[in-house]
Amino acid sequence: MSLELLEGSEAIARAMIAAGCRFFAGYPMTPFTEVLEGMAEHLPEVGGVCVNAESELEAIGMAWGAAAGGTRAATGSVGQGLSLMQESIAELCFARVPMVVLNMARGQGDYFQATRGGGHGDYRTIVLAPADLPEAVELVQLAFDLADRFRNPVMFMGDYYLAHVVEAVDTGPRVFPPLPAKDWALDGSTSGTGKARIVSPIMPTKRDAPVFVEYGAYLEAIGERMDAMTSAVEPLFEEGGCDDADYVVVAYGTPARIVRYVAEKMRREGVRVGFFRPISLYPFPVEALVAATRSVKCVGVYELNAGQMIDDVRLTGIDRTVEFIGGISFDDSGFGIAPELTPARVEARIRRAMEDMAGQGVQEVAA
Amino acid sequence: MSNLVDTAAPPSRPAKLVDDFAPPLILPGAHKLCAGCGEPAAIRSVVEMVDELGLTSRSVGVFGIGCYTSFSPGMDVEVLQALHGRAPSLATGLKRVQPQSIVFTIQGDGDMVNEGLQEVIHTAARGENVTCIMLNNGVFGETGGHMTATTVIGQRTKNSLEGRDPKKHGYPIRMAEMLAPLDGVAYVARGATNNAGNIFQLRKMLRSAFQVQADGLGFSFVEILTMCPTGWFLQTGEAPDYLQDKLQGFHKVGIIKDLAKAPDE
Amino acid sequence: MTRESRGTLVIDIERCKGCELCIDACKPGVLAMTTQSRNDMGYLYPELTPGCTACHACALICPDFVFQVWKYDDPVAVGEAAP
Repeated sequence: MSLELLEGSEAIARAMIAAGCRFFAGYPMTPFTEVLEGMAEHLPEVGGVCVNAESELEAIGMAWGAAAGGTRAATGSVGQGLSLMQESIAELCFARVPMVVLNMARGQGDYFQATRGGGHGDYRTIVLAPADLPEAVELVQLAFDLADRFRNPVMFMGDYYLAHVVEAVDTGPRVFPPLPAKDWALDGSTSGTGKARIVSPIMPTKRDAPVFVEYGAYLEAIGERMDAMTSAVEPLFEEGGCDDADYVVVAYGTPARIVRYVAEKMRREGVRVGFFRPISLYPFPVEALVAATRSVKCVGVYELNAGQMIDDVRLTGIDRTVEFIGGISFDDSGFGIAPELTPARVEARIRRAMEDMAGQGVQEVAA
Repeated sequence: MSNLVDTAAPPSRPAKLVDDFAPPLILPGAHKLCAGCGEPAAIRSVVEMVDELGLTSRSVGVFGIGCYTSFSPGMDVEVLQALHGRAPSLATGLKRVQPQSIVFTIQGDGDMVNEGLQEVIHTAARGENVTCIMLNNGVFGETGGHMTATTVIGQRTKNSLEGRDPKKHGYPIRMAEMLAPLDGVAYVARGATNNAGNIFQLRKMLRSAFQVQADGLGFSFVEILTMCPTGWFLQTGEAPDYLQDKLQGFHKVGIIKDLAKAPDE
Repeated sequence: MTRESRGTLVIDIERCKGCELCIDACKPGVLAMTTQSRNDMGYLYPELTPGCTACHACALICPDFVFQVWKYDDPVAVGEAAP
């Protein structure tokens, strides 16, 4: 364990390489650019390849090819670039190609894009959203493990702050349980053997395979496969002060870091506030959130958008009032540097919400 | 009809097998393509040349989306299926991490020139050491004969019923000639599958392209004009001549660039 | 000119879709489509008359891989007993 003071994008790049990533392709777009720079500098040092792709479409295509060759591969972008990649992300799920996709978001308006996806068909991607750098270097390595384990793309969701915050981190390799061999990967060696491999979103088997799977049957099986993945992934979350809270604030990513700070501060001041932070946005920590909000009167969802994750909070089916206390917040850079992201403003929103709750006849339990 | 040769069983006199029903690396029942299609001959030639050069155990085909995609499970060659238009990028990624492998794409004109034009141009310009193969019949065969970016002037398609008119539909793209000047490109040729002579020439072109890749000389490209009687609204027997008269008039068959043969300067 | 058969074919008529590409591709012109007989799919199919050169053009152009091509070790004069 050796800690180094690193900027986020550099730390993420180093952690990916420590996880065994040996191919990276990307198209510059802030704040993804900075990770691309780190990969361009460091991947060749370990014999890896980083391609400065001519477009996001080509970036994910290249990573797809490399991943199909059995190499740990990643790409990424920001909202707009990820919009271009949606078709590929969907097909990667169908073709069962593992890949890590970095989503270095601007603000939090891309929650739906990340968790629902804008691609076609019945697919799901695991989405991991760290709130700080020590967690980011863990999760980006976990992302590669999960991608290989489930042969599915995994999205790592960061933001401008995560890319630029400087924190002490250990980017060394983490240890994960053994993975099955990639006996599906392509290198040409099975060509002409009568058992040539195929990696395809539409034709999962060769015509002379012991069991030839037709396209229709393959499509029909996708729902089951996605369900199996979803239930096999342990949802990740962090919570604090929820046990006897009157009010719990749900937030993810960088804003959750501010919310956590504010909730803890308010606790020290005697206000019964808890916070809940989904770390895996998909699968969403449904049971944990239900358990964490058992004693509360009201659940506030703080996110820097017009209200997206609030849908997932409601879908947990919790029997409490769920209200949106966030909002879209940008400065003129458009990078997601939000004026809203100060403890004073976050605290004001929480206090106002709690006052409204009391005013609406939701009884506050005496402190 | 007593003059007929019995073709129900192999000859009893000493003879050697020149060609079996299923060509090497093609599985029986490989495809469900229309009668008179020019693509099986093209794909057969591709894999046979890979085999002839002894590259089979290193080869991976990256398929685009079109009628030819039905070959992807029907070949005893490793296949990576790409999205429509995106095969060159997948080929790039695969080749970069498996540099010893022989990576080729199979794409149609709709796939390569319509949907994925930038992919192949960038791949060629980067000089990726892969072979891109374009099956060009001037129509979207799979959708039933619609105009593509290579449909020649005057060619009838379902959305240019009076023939492609440059005033309405613009001009077609000569793909091979467009790629040839790029610095990363080592070999460019255009062949056709409409007659035996063209097929024999095509096989030489494919051989050269794969040799260029095996020698690490850079990007190689072979465009193959193929018949699509269904999409051309013709009798199957008329398609070879139509290819020669219409398509070959615009898309000239021949070797356009061959750095392996260029004299050193 | 004495004609000879340098090879012969086995034709898998049941796979044929009757496209006739082989007829034009055949340089010696020894393939001809049936005019009456159809295979189980309902297509006319090619038949071989003596004079095959085993050039395998028919096999190379055939979309349905219906031809198996054999080259005789020694050519057979046309009119000699069929193999």
